[in-house]
Amino acid sequence: MRKIALALAAFGLATSAAQAQGNYPQRPITMIVPFAAGGPTDVIARIVGDNMSRTLGQQIVVENVAGAGGTTGITRGAQAQPDGYTIMMGHMGTHGAAPALYPNLKYDPSKDFAPIGLAAGTPILIVAKKDFPAKDLKGFVEYVQKNGDKVNMAHAGVGSVSHSTGIFFTSVIKAKPTMVAYRGTGPALNDLMGNTVDFMTDQIVNVAPQVQGGNIKAFAIATATRSPALPDVPTTKEAGLDGYEVSAWNAVFAPKGTPPEIVAKLNEALVKALSDENTKKRLLDLGGVIPSTAEQTPASLQKLVESEVARWTPVLKAAGATAE
Amino acid sequence: MGDLFSNLNHGFSIALTFQNLGLAFLGCLVGTLVGVLPGVGPIATIAMLLPITFGLEPVGALIMLAGIYYGAQYGGSTTAILVNIPGEATSVVTTLDGHQMARQGRAGVALGIAAIGSFFAGTVATVVIAALGAPLTRLALIFGPAEYFSLMVMGLVFAVVLARGSILKAIAMIVLGVLLSTVGTDLETGQERLTFGLPFLSDGIDFAVLAMGIFGVAEILRNLDHTETRNVVQQAIGRLLPNREDFRQSWRPVLRGTTIGAILGILPGNGAVLGPFASYTMEKKLAKDPSRFGRGAIEGVAGPEAANNAGAQTSFIPLLTLGIPPNAVMALMVGAMTIHGIVPGPQVMTRNPDLFWGMIASMWIGNLMLLIINLPLVGVWVRLLKVPYHLMFPAILMFCCIGIYSINSLPTDVMFIGLFGIVGYILIKFGFEPAPLLLGFVLGKLLEENLRRALILSRGSLDTFIERPISAALLAVAAVLLVLALLPSIRKGRDEVFVE
Repeated sequence: MRKIALALAAFGLATSAAQAQGNYPQRPITMIVPFAAGGPTDVIARIVGDNMSRTLGQQIVVENVAGAGGTTGITRGAQAQPDGYTIMMGHMGTHGAAPALYPNLKYDPSKDFAPIGLAAGTPILIVAKKDFPAKDLKGFVEYVQKNGDKVNMAHAGVGSVSHSTGIFFTSVIKAKPTMVAYRGTGPALNDLMGNTVDFMTDQIVNVAPQVQGGNIKAFAIATATRSPALPDVPTTKEAGLDGYEVSAWNAVFAPKGTPPEIVAKLNEALVKALSDENTKKRLLDLGGVIPSTAEQTPASLQKLVESEVARWTPVLKAAGATAE
Repeated sequence: MGDLFSNLNHGFSIALTFQNLGLAFLGCLVGTLVGVLPGVGPIATIAMLLPITFGLEPVGALIMLAGIYYGAQYGGSTTAILVNIPGEATSVVTTLDGHQMARQGRAGVALGIAAIGSFFAGTVATVVIAALGAPLTRLALIFGPAEYFSLMVMGLVFAVVLARGSILKAIAMIVLGVLLSTVGTDLETGQERLTFGLPFLSDGIDFAVLAMGIFGVAEILRNLDHTETRNVVQQAIGRLLPNREDFRQSWRPVLRGTTIGAILGILPGNGAVLGPFASYTMEKKLAKDPSRFGRGAIEGVAGPEAANNAGAQTSFIPLLTLGIPPNAVMALMVGAMTIHGIVPGPQVMTRNPDLFWGMIASMWIGNLMLLIINLPLVGVWVRLLKVPYHLMFPAILMFCCIGIYSINSLPTDVMFIGLFGIVGYILIKFGFEPAPLLLGFVLGKLLEENLRRALILSRGSLDTFIERPISAALLAVAAVLLVLALLPSIRKGRDEVFVE
């Protein structure tokens, strides 16, 4: 009797699942953003999600689950039902740096997800206090190399983008400045503007207004091309520094086991959002970079995650950075 | 000066449009309701309502969100006064005398003076932002880690002064609070401390969880074990609004509270939390009869409430003039601005004058609306106290649980309120006061992080705290305050010796 009931229940589930796939989505979709509302990843998620909602005909509801450098929210997302109704916005930290920073991480960025697609990247800017005694990136790098731990580098806490990219920067230029941790970018910027700390690396959306306002100076942008938001700031390559090209990318993931039709449907909505003029403009206004069509596929996102884990793990391990 | 008036005029012309007035009212109303519900703070509400503002004009959206923020400050005092639950760090002080007033049947007076004091403070703070916002920004920038550490030390001394009974017990509570604040992931090294490997502790203990447990739940437990006191709250309702005598006692504390709160609100890193504590300390020190404090002194409600609201308002200064958020709510406002295509920064004032001046004008309008919303509500709230306690306390408990769950969606948070409730009950029974513990908890993190930051920057030299003039001055004030706080008890100790 019980077996029959079970079989019936299983059958019922299977048919309802099949139906669900056919006319997915039938109810609102939750998108977990693993950071507090208001940060760059949250803003990108909301802008992209807004447009995707219209394509899918169902609202994408952003749920902010902050904590432990974003890994709390992503852990929850990875363990959610793979039915397409829970997706998440991962980023460079949660799907690149996290395995090195959190030895007890409960998910594997390259194995436990069904990648949907890359949403937007925000380039990293190398900025310093207004009075920093250097004119250009070359002079800046020389100064940091020569003065070593006399130079203070600010970052927004272990596991933050500014922390990982800052460590990467110091490993590229082979210098060891003193690290000063802040709780978030705001307080760090405040002390950078007050001449208390010397430099930091952070996402363009966080620091560009202060550069435009002349409160801090920018030495270079760590991308292949200049940003329209700050056309006067040279790329790292132009300024003579090789090997430091880094961007805080944000990408949509679903839990592993999400049916391929649903993945395809979500990807389609994402691609459509990224080609929408209004959405594009809002992302570009933030200093964001829209991925090329080739970069928008699930397969290329999978590759990106694998290459990012491979890139960040040795850099962060060598610096002895861990969050446990 | 002419500029200021034409700018303000421009601001009012934007804030007074039908749509923006409606949005300001909606924000204030939602904020008040949210503030009254224990646990559901402005952060959770603004985050939830952010998507709804997508379709609005940026100025209107921000006016509404700002309304929620200061509306919640008003509403938070209501819960603190009526049921002794501080929704936020800034209303901890209000519970001390506000709830005592309610117990004496003066809940209406307490709520009324809180609303009127807040309105006055809000008006002054709006003028301060409009006239001095830009120059005051520099104050935020000269405050580095060393200054911040010294300010927090001064804050801890306030906690000693707050205590009603034994100074030793107060210090023990402060230290316990500081210890509790060290739970979680260490900022500099990323090591987990005192988490016992439990993942939900890795980001530390939430203030709302601790406050709700140690104040709210503990208060319920205490009320349930002795019956007479709670009947007092129910029977005597008394006057609904403050009378001339109340105003005579309150106007100076409101003025002083406004000044202190407005200054501390400008500081980065959430200096505004210190405002109400500083105001309370000052009123207690200036009072002819300090022993009235903690037993329902109206000055102990009027001053801190004014400081709270002034600080809430002036904390917009770093956001509007620099684009740097001084606390979590302001960080959310930054997000709201960026979503609406306005990148917050030093250029907002020149690039988006509509937003800048419109918001400033709407602050004053919002405060006026809050006064209009809150004064009639006083009667409703006070009548709530008539509800029999055996019906009231399950409702309070339920709202606490829902509120706390809505913040992080963590069942463990709900269990923690229960745990802290029992701890709080035991503390009350042994004559320990929870307020210094909460202040220690709030300041602990800032204290530790800024101490370490300052020492890293000075490469380990303690001189940095004395070499920097502002830091040295703050430490000196702290030392003087501490001596003043300790003197009476030392003298008393000596008197007792003589008596023997």
